[in-house]
Amino acid sequence: MTTRLFGSGIRRREDPRLITGQASYTDDIKLAGLVHAAILRSPHGHARITSIDTSAAAAAPGVIAVYTGADTEGVLNPMPCAWVIPDSDVKAVAYPPIAKDVVRYVGDAVAVVVAEDRYQAEDALELITVDYEPLPTVINPEAAMQEGAPQLHEDAPNNQAFHWVAAGGDTDDAFANADVVVRDTIIQQKLIPNPMEPRSAIASYVPSMGELTIWNTTQNPHIARFVTCLVTGIPEHKIRVIAPEVGGGFGAKIAVYAWDMVTAFCAMKLGRPVKWTETRSENFVSTTHGRDHVEYVEMAANSDGRVTGVRSVVYAGMGAYLSTAAPGIPTILHGLMYSGPYDIANIKADIYGVFTNSTPVEAYRGAGRPEATFLLERLMDLVAAEVGKDPVEVRRMNLIPKFENGHDVAIGLTYDSGDYEGVLNVALEHVNYDQLRHDQAHGREHGRLTGIGVSCYCEICGLGPSQVAGAVGFGGGLWESATVRFYATGKVNVFIGTSPHGQGEETTFAQIMSEELGVPVDDVEVIHGDTDTTPMGWGTYGSRTTVVGGGALALSARKIKDKAITLAAHLLEAAEADIEYEDGNFFVRGAPDNGKTIQEIALMANVAWNMPEGMEPGLEATTFYDPPNFSYPFGAHVAVVNVDPDNGHIVLERYVAVDDCGPQINPMIVEGQVHGGVVQGAGQALWEGAVYDDNGQLLTGSMLDYALPRAHLVPDIETLSTVTPSPHNPLGVKGIGETGTIASTVTIYNAVIDALRPLGVTRLEMPLTPERVWRAIQEAGGHHGHDHGHGHDHGHGHDHGHGHGH
Amino acid sequence: MKVPIKLTVNGRSHESEVPARQLLVHYLRDDLGLTGTKIGCDTSQCGACVVRINGSTVKSCTCLAVQADGAEVVTIEGLAQDGNLHPVQEAFWDNHGLQCGYCTAGMIMTITELLERNPNPTAEEVRAGLEGNICRCTGYHNIVKAALAAAEAISTGAGGG
Repeated sequence: MTTRLFGSGIRRREDPRLITGQASYTDDIKLAGLVHAAILRSPHGHARITSIDTSAAAAAPGVIAVYTGADTEGVLNPMPCAWVIPDSDVKAVAYPPIAKDVVRYVGDAVAVVVAEDRYQAEDALELITVDYEPLPTVINPEAAMQEGAPQLHEDAPNNQAFHWVAAGGDTDDAFANADVVVRDTIIQQKLIPNPMEPRSAIASYVPSMGELTIWNTTQNPHIARFVTCLVTGIPEHKIRVIAPEVGGGFGAKIAVYAWDMVTAFCAMKLGRPVKWTETRSENFVSTTHGRDHVEYVEMAANSDGRVTGVRSVVYAGMGAYLSTAAPGIPTILHGLMYSGPYDIANIKADIYGVFTNSTPVEAYRGAGRPEATFLLERLMDLVAAEVGKDPVEVRRMNLIPKFENGHDVAIGLTYDSGDYEGVLNVALEHVNYDQLRHDQAHGREHGRLTGIGVSCYCEICGLGPSQVAGAVGFGGGLWESATVRFYATGKVNVFIGTSPHGQGEETTFAQIMSEELGVPVDDVEVIHGDTDTTPMGWGTYGSRTTVVGGGALALSARKIKDKAITLAAHLLEAAEADIEYEDGNFFVRGAPDNGKTIQEIALMANVAWNMPEGMEPGLEATTFYDPPNFSYPFGAHVAVVNVDPDNGHIVLERYVAVDDCGPQINPMIVEGQVHGGVVQGAGQALWEGAVYDDNGQLLTGSMLDYALPRAHLVPDIETLSTVTPSPHNPLGVKGIGETGTIASTVTIYNAVIDALRPLGVTRLEMPLTPERVWRAIQEAGGHHGHDHGHGHDHGHGHDHGHGHGH
Repeated sequence: MKVPIKLTVNGRSHESEVPARQLLVHYLRDDLGLTGTKIGCDTSQCGACVVRINGSTVKSCTCLAVQADGAEVVTIEGLAQDGNLHPVQEAFWDNHGLQCGYCTAGMIMTITELLERNPNPTAEEVRAGLEGNICRCTGYHNIVKAALAAAEAISTGAGGG
C-alpha cells in the first residue's frame, strides 16, 4: 500500500480552526490585567515639535499613563536597520521609536496613551496638545535628491540613504555599439500592502524575572526577539516572542516596528500587560509600504532583437527612515535580477536609496523582483516594437537555454535550474497564441481594443546561503532549523523556525514527514511561531519557508530514518545493511512481514528498554540547514485585456500563469499562492497606489481611497505548471509565494499597452485607472503609430525621447 | 452612559449593559469573547466583521451594540450545528477558500446569506455578491469556487457534514 501524500492536494490541516472562528490572532488574546495603548501620530509630513502638553490626557477617565519621546529616549535604543549593504555608503540614520524633536512623515509616533480600555485611550489622544512648526516636505524620491530639496536627516546629505552599483560585462560598450536602444521611465508607484489583519502587539513583563513576552503579528518572531533585545536592552534569552495566528503579511510584517517596542516599554513601566492594535487608517500610515521607484531604464539590442545590454538609474524611496530590511530590496533583490530568464551579456544597475517624507518602505510581495521583471518585460516589448517583431519572438531568441545544474549570468548569480522556453511553450499552447493574435486583429477591425501581454520571468528566492547574506550586509543568517520529535505513541511534533501565516506549511510540512517516514499527516502537528518552543529560524519571507525550512525538515526526517534503521536492525537481530525501508516500515530484506513500523520504532526508542550499545534514548532530530544557493523559480504568464476607448475602462478578461517551482508538495496550495499573487500584482497594475499631496498628506489613507482588488474585478486565474527540480536543496523545491505578483503587474501592463498601441498610446503610469487611460487616448488623438515614447507626466525631466511604434 | 440590551447570539440569550457608543463588533469580541468576528478596517469596506442579524448580513463594525437590542445575531462561531460544519464552511475547507483566514468569517457569513437569497448563483453573481468583502490572499478564485461548491452541496442535500 502506498499513499504518496507528497504531491497530493489534500485539504489544509490548519483550516478547521480558521473556518469556525476558533483561531487566535494577536488582537483576540486577552490577559488578566490587560490595558490598552493608542499612539498619537504626526499629522504633518515634516515638522519640528515645539511643545507637547499631555496633562489633560493624563487626567482623562481610565488613563493610566501618557508617554512621549522624552520618556522613551535613553530607555529604548533607536530602531536598527538590519540590512546595511556594503560599499554603498548606507546612512543608518537615527530612528527613535517615538519622535522627540522632529517628525518626518505623517504617521510618525509622537506620544502613547495607556488606558483601561481602547475607547478611553483613543479619547485621550485627542486631549494631547502638540505644537508643531511645519517644515517643507518631499515625497518623490528623485526630487528628494535634487539640490534645494528639503532635507530629512542632517547626516544624510541630499537625502541619499545609499548608493549601490552592480555591473557585469561592459554596458558602455554594449550601448555604444547597439543597433537599437530603447528607453523608458518607469514609476513603480508606492504601494500599501494591506494584509487583512492589522498589526498588533501585546507585551507582558515580569519584573521579578526580568522577562518580556510579546505576542506579535510578525513573519519572523526570532528576528523580532533579536531586535527587541537590541532596542530594549533586555537580554535575548529573557525575551519570548510569539506569533500566534497571523493574518497575512506580504512583507508588511517583516519589519520590527517601533510601535511594538513602545508597547513593550509601556508594559515594563506599568508592570501590566499592554495591548496595542492599529486601526486600518493607522495601518495605512504606520505599517510599511512597498516599491516607490523612479526608474530610468534602457535596453540595447541588435537589429534582429538580440539583447546585448540593460542598465538603469533608479531612485528608490525609503520613506523617512530605513526599515529593518529596506536597503536590500531595490539592490540585492532587484539590481541582481536584471538578467531575468534572458542571456544578457552586459548589465548595470545604478541604485540610489532616498529618504522622503513618507511611511518607511519594506519588502512587499516580490520585493524588488517585480520591479526587475517589470523593467525587463517592458523593455522587451519596446525592443520588439522597435525591430518589428512579435514580442514572443524577441523573448524566445533571448531566453537562456534549458539547464539543469547551474547557469552563471553576467551580474554574478548562479541560477539553479531552468527551462524557460518550456514554460513559454506551455503558455502559448494553452492560450493558442496565434489564434489569440488573429482574434485580436479581427476585433480591431471592429473597433475592439483587445490587448495581449506575454511575460517570461525568473526570480530569486528561497533566501539563501548565510555566507551570501553576510557578504551582502544582511544582519543575520538565512539558514533554517527543524526539530522532529516522535512520541512513544508514534505521534509527531515538528518544530520549525520559520513562521507561516497563511501559506499552509502545517499541511505541507506534514506531507514532507509523510513522504520521508510514512507517518499519516494527521499524526503530525507542526509547531511554529514561538521563540520559546521552536528552534532558531529567520522567518517567512522571500519565498523561503518550504525551500529552506522544508529542507531542514527533510534532513531531520532522514536523520530519524537512519536511527530507526539502526534500531530496527538491533530489534530484528539483523545486520543494518540488510534493513530496507518502505512506507513507514523497516524490515529485513526480502521479508516485509518481518519488520518494525516507524510507530513501533518510536515506542521502543522512547521507552529505551532494548537499545543498541551506545544509542541514546528517544527519537528526535534537529537540523540546521543552510542552503548552498538561492532558488530560482520561473514561468511565463499571459494576460488578455479589453479596453473601452470611450471611458478608458479596462477589463482583465483572462489571466494564464504557467509556473515552475519544482516538485509541488501540495498543488492545491501552490495554485492558491499563484491566484493570490497574480491578483496582488494586478492590483498594482490597475488600481493601487499611495498618493501623497505636496505636504506629505496621504490622500489614499483608507480602504475607501486606496483601491484593493475586489472579487468582481478579476477573472478566474488559469494555472498550469512544469516541474524542473532545483539541484540545490534536499526536496528540489523552489519558492512559489511571490511569483504571481512578480509576473502579473507587467504582464497586465503590457497587455493594456498592446491594446492601446494602435491608438498611439505607448506608455502610461500605474495604476492604469480609467481616467489615465482615457486621457492618454485623448492626448494621443488617434495619431496611429506615432510613439511619443517617454513624455512622462512627472515633470522630472530626463526626456530620453526615443522609439517608434507601428 | 450604559444602556441595557437583550439579544440572542448564536442561540444563547444575553442581557448586558453596554456603553451607548460601543460597536457591535467590540461587544461580540470583548464582552462575549466571540473573537471569530474580525476587524479589518474602520471604513466599512473589508467585510471581515460581517455577522447575521435577524438573517441579514451586517458589518458589525458599522453597527452599535445597542442597535442589536432584541435581535437574533449569528456569528461564525454559531454556524456549525452539533459539531457539523455548515456546507459553506465545508466548501471553504475543501476548495482552499482561505489562506491566512482573517477575512474568512466575513466571507463565509456573507456567502451563507447570498446562497439563501440565490441558491444557484453563477460565478459572476457570487463575485458581485462579494463586492463588500476584501480578501488579500486568495485572489478570490477559490472563494468563488467554494461558494459554487457550497451551492451545489446545499441543493443536492450533500452538505452539512
